[in-house]
Amino acid sequence: MTGVVAGPFTASEMMIVAAARELAGQRVCFVGVGLPNIAVNLAKLTGAPDLELVYEAGVFGARPARLPLSIGDPTIVTRATAVTSMLELFGYYLQGGLIDVGFLGAAQIDRYGNINTTVIGDYATPRTRLPGSGGACEIAIDARQVFVIVRQSRRSFVERIDFRTSPGNVGGPNGARIRREQGWLGAGPSVVVTDLGVYHFDADGEMRLDSIHPGVTLAQVRDSMAWEPRVADRLAETAPPSPDELRLIRDVLDPEGVYTG
Amino acid sequence: MAASKSASMRDAIAELVRDGDTVAIEGFTHLICFAAGHEIIRQRKRDLTLCRLTPDVIYDQMIGAGVARKLVFSWMGNPGVGSLHAIRRVTEGDAPTLELEEYSHFGMVGRYTAGAMKLPFFPLRSYFETDLPRANPRIRPVTSPFGDEVVYAVPPLNPDVTIVHAQRADAAGNTQIWGLPGCQKEAAFAAERVIVVVEELVAEEVIRADPNRTVIPGLVVDAVVVEPFGAHPSYAQGHYDRDNRFYLDWEAVSRDEAALRAWLRDWVYGVADRAGYIDKLGQERVAALRPGPAPSGSVDYGDYRS
Repeated sequence: MTGVVAGPFTASEMMIVAAARELAGQRVCFVGVGLPNIAVNLAKLTGAPDLELVYEAGVFGARPARLPLSIGDPTIVTRATAVTSMLELFGYYLQGGLIDVGFLGAAQIDRYGNINTTVIGDYATPRTRLPGSGGACEIAIDARQVFVIVRQSRRSFVERIDFRTSPGNVGGPNGARIRREQGWLGAGPSVVVTDLGVYHFDADGEMRLDSIHPGVTLAQVRDSMAWEPRVADRLAETAPPSPDELRLIRDVLDPEGVYTG
Repeated sequence: MAASKSASMRDAIAELVRDGDTVAIEGFTHLICFAAGHEIIRQRKRDLTLCRLTPDVIYDQMIGAGVARKLVFSWMGNPGVGSLHAIRRVTEGDAPTLELEEYSHFGMVGRYTAGAMKLPFFPLRSYFETDLPRANPRIRPVTSPFGDEVVYAVPPLNPDVTIVHAQRADAAGNTQIWGLPGCQKEAAFAAERVIVVVEELVAEEVIRADPNRTVIPGLVVDAVVVEPFGAHPSYAQGHYDRDNRFYLDWEAVSRDEAALRAWLRDWVYGVADRAGYIDKLGQERVAALRPGPAPSGSVDYGDYRS
């Protein structure tokens, strides 16, 4: 039963809370729409009050007064610190090295955190045409670190992705060397939050399951991915959302349950 | 005073958009000129190469209506909702009929920038270790002339026509935008011809009172079309909100080819112009999208005379 966690909260709420906690101490965050957006706003209200929200549409220091419905919602503009052209946003802020954390989603992800959001099947004659890169490939390269939020299944956690849209740790152990030699700004993916657990990356650049969410079993995690995962020696259980975190999500950040219902 | 470039949407599209043209209707989620897209559909333009970072619902409508042979883009989706099914129908499976040329957001912005500056390419630190350069051979590695560092390069993009929606312009085409400026400036300077569509036509003095807000000068503008609510269902900062219901409803329309044809018949071919579309939409729905006020305050430029 993928995507179901025990207790009085949804899998989406657990993902939001787990991602928000990972943001503690971070300063400048490149936000995506949907779950990452709620996670970042929750972090700002809890463990990372100094977080600056950057939206690729051209906003630095956003103070959204409602849940943005698209990546360029007008609420991210009103009362922001700065509104910029996309040339400035991608050129000066992202490629200029000012982004600490970038969020990415994934249609497919491999054990090294390489991501496909372009096509399922062959590029020229795809079974499914996905949105493509958008800003993802440059976020993967330029953000100091990358957080991935993705629902986990055998379709999304695959042995081999059909198209590499956004590089992670490339081939694994060589990832850090490639990034250094080619002069990339970012260190690559650091966290993957799914509906079943939380992964970080080990010294080989491979995803390691560090915690599983309440009510989820390791067998369930294994059944929801195409490779045999590395598992932390001391596998933890993710602390469930606190009453305060749930209240903020339900009453303040997504009162209509658009993304969390 | 400069000559007026005021035109009706019908005349501007008829005169400035030609079959086979490369056309950019820019605006990143904000100020997407649906009014111009609909007029292009109504005039049954053909074989266009459509350029946009995010094709959005407008290009789903235009491609569904058969105006395009090629799409140049960086992210293809119904923002915040899901897929663009009319585009997917002609890009998936064994025999796609729409040609695609795809970049990343920064790649597309860089292409307009190089086009505007008449540079042979724009260098950027994207695409390393991705499949994008293999999928699109116009994304190429380039070695720095000042060392051995390798970055990627994308070619200039010079649309035949760029269409920009804005809050206001004067009759000479001096155009002011607030809220997200996206890459409208770059796309306009890169283009051979520029159509500006505005919520409001203002006097030259209004523009001159706040020159920092001018994004596109009349110098590069060929036609100014006044079309209030012309960006619906996208939004115009300070004027109206995104009509999210429309974006949600588009999912079902776009999925079904017959429903899409019916929608085009009712909302595009079946209305004479934008005013007809707004009438059909109804004043109640329009009024519900008006935001409350959040004025900027103002700055003092100072009056400098000898």
